[in-house]
Amino acid sequence: MENNLIQFATTLLVTLRDVLPILILIVGFQLLVLRQPIPRLSRVVVGVVYVIVGLALFLVGLDMALFPLGQTMAAQLSDPQFLTGIENAAPVSSWQSYYWIYIFAALIGFATTIAEPSLMAVAIKAHEVSAGTIDKLGLRIAVAIGVAVGIALGTFRIVHGSPLYLYILAGYVIVIVQTIFAPKKIIALAYDSGGVTTSTVTVPIVAALGLGLSEAVPGRDPALDGFGLIAFASLFPIISVMAYAQQAAWSSRRRSKKGSKEDRNAV
Amino acid sequence: MTSRLFVFKTISKFAAEKLWASCMDLLPIVVVIAFFQLVVIRQPLPNFVEVAVGSLLVVVGLSLFVQGLEMALFPIGESLAQALARKGSLLWILLFSFLLGFSTTIAEPALIAIARESGEIAAKSGLISAEEAVIASYALGLRISVALSVGIAILIGTLRIIRGWPIHYLIIGGYVMVMVMTMFAPAEIIGIAYDAGGVTTSTVTVPLVAALGVGLASIIRGRNPLVDGFGLIAFASLLPMVFVMGYGILIFK
Repeated sequence: MENNLIQFATTLLVTLRDVLPILILIVGFQLLVLRQPIPRLSRVVVGVVYVIVGLALFLVGLDMALFPLGQTMAAQLSDPQFLTGIENAAPVSSWQSYYWIYIFAALIGFATTIAEPSLMAVAIKAHEVSAGTIDKLGLRIAVAIGVAVGIALGTFRIVHGSPLYLYILAGYVIVIVQTIFAPKKIIALAYDSGGVTTSTVTVPIVAALGLGLSEAVPGRDPALDGFGLIAFASLFPIISVMAYAQQAAWSSRRRSKKGSKEDRNAV
Repeated sequence: MTSRLFVFKTISKFAAEKLWASCMDLLPIVVVIAFFQLVVIRQPLPNFVEVAVGSLLVVVGLSLFVQGLEMALFPIGESLAQALARKGSLLWILLFSFLLGFSTTIAEPALIAIARESGEIAAKSGLISAEEAVIASYALGLRISVALSVGIAILIGTLRIIRGWPIHYLIIGGYVMVMVMTMFAPAEIIGIAYDAGGVTTSTVTVPLVAALGVGLASIIRGRNPLVDGFGLIAFASLLPMVFVMGYGILIFK
């Protein structure tokens, strides 16, 4: 208990150091550049205390829960005994045997993305920008599928051991080609959606999943193969948002064509 | 009396909204993992109590953190961004953009998490020595390179809004830089570098940077906040990849 308290106190100090730059920036600009007092000072002070204590609690919980969870899931789902059903089986290296990992990765990606609050905000804005052709729920499902496919493909890459940059390069080429054809208004929004899908809770679990997996699969090195899942999770939504916008624009064009034809027929 | 009422009101509002939001962050993960433990693996989760306590800390900590940001930093940050945009001094706006990107990234919880993990992995594979101080300084170096790159990215992104450059040239330029750096960077840094792009922009950076972008776009004539205000974040997730690979070249070679 005493040990835990000392650990929490050190975390608190480190957290203070982490939050200090942004405090200095905002207070400094307010006082020196704008030369205005800080409005509602007491509220601000309480807020800063919340920020520091909250971040410290999060970091302690991270070590207790999120990292171990991701690693345990990776270890259990890649355990040779679980994969083959034989006791004391040798480690499995064929990528086909790891299908539960791919399913797990896809489900984690889909579930966390569909519930992500910042994605809901993006969906509402996309609905406005596209003048209603983009459906909010449809967009969220599109992004969630993008993340699910991305993370599943990322785990496959770890098991298979192929180089990360090839996948990312292919993704970039797809994004560039889509950029040429997608509705102009949606492009910036699609690019941003890649950044917002990975929440603070998801990142550590997904990272630990990848690292745990690279430790369990024979012939893989965590330093070389363990990272990269988050890169997949932030690239694929860009592709799926543009694809969804293209599809929406296409079908609304077709509808309006059909509509004008019917009008003519009516006349 | 009124202040006590105020405190009570804030706390109850906090309890309801923020805790609910953080629970919703964790809930999908809990559902998926519970399904796998009960149906697929059919084994009890080892050290269940610790995981449960830790999850509780994560939920409470994250709620407090976001609540504190909304009480203290976001209102001032947003009014600052708008006041600076109105003031119209390019130098101050650019300096503010850079510092905003840098300082929010240093405080980003997900980046702290992944930098730490990366330090431990690097030590385990013998890339850096396994002393705690070395691991900590490696992790801090990683975060500083990411923060520098986000600062520069936000600066360039702000210039983009002011000058009206099309976003996709920046993005494609960023992609080319990432691929060129990949050819030169040591293999051990590539994974974490690519991941760094996705991690930089979550809890702290996005709201403040979005406020800056939308504030600028709504003040400059001929700009549409919905179209021009976005795109800052995308660029801010490309440059970190380039910078972290640069950090890897410095550290591992």
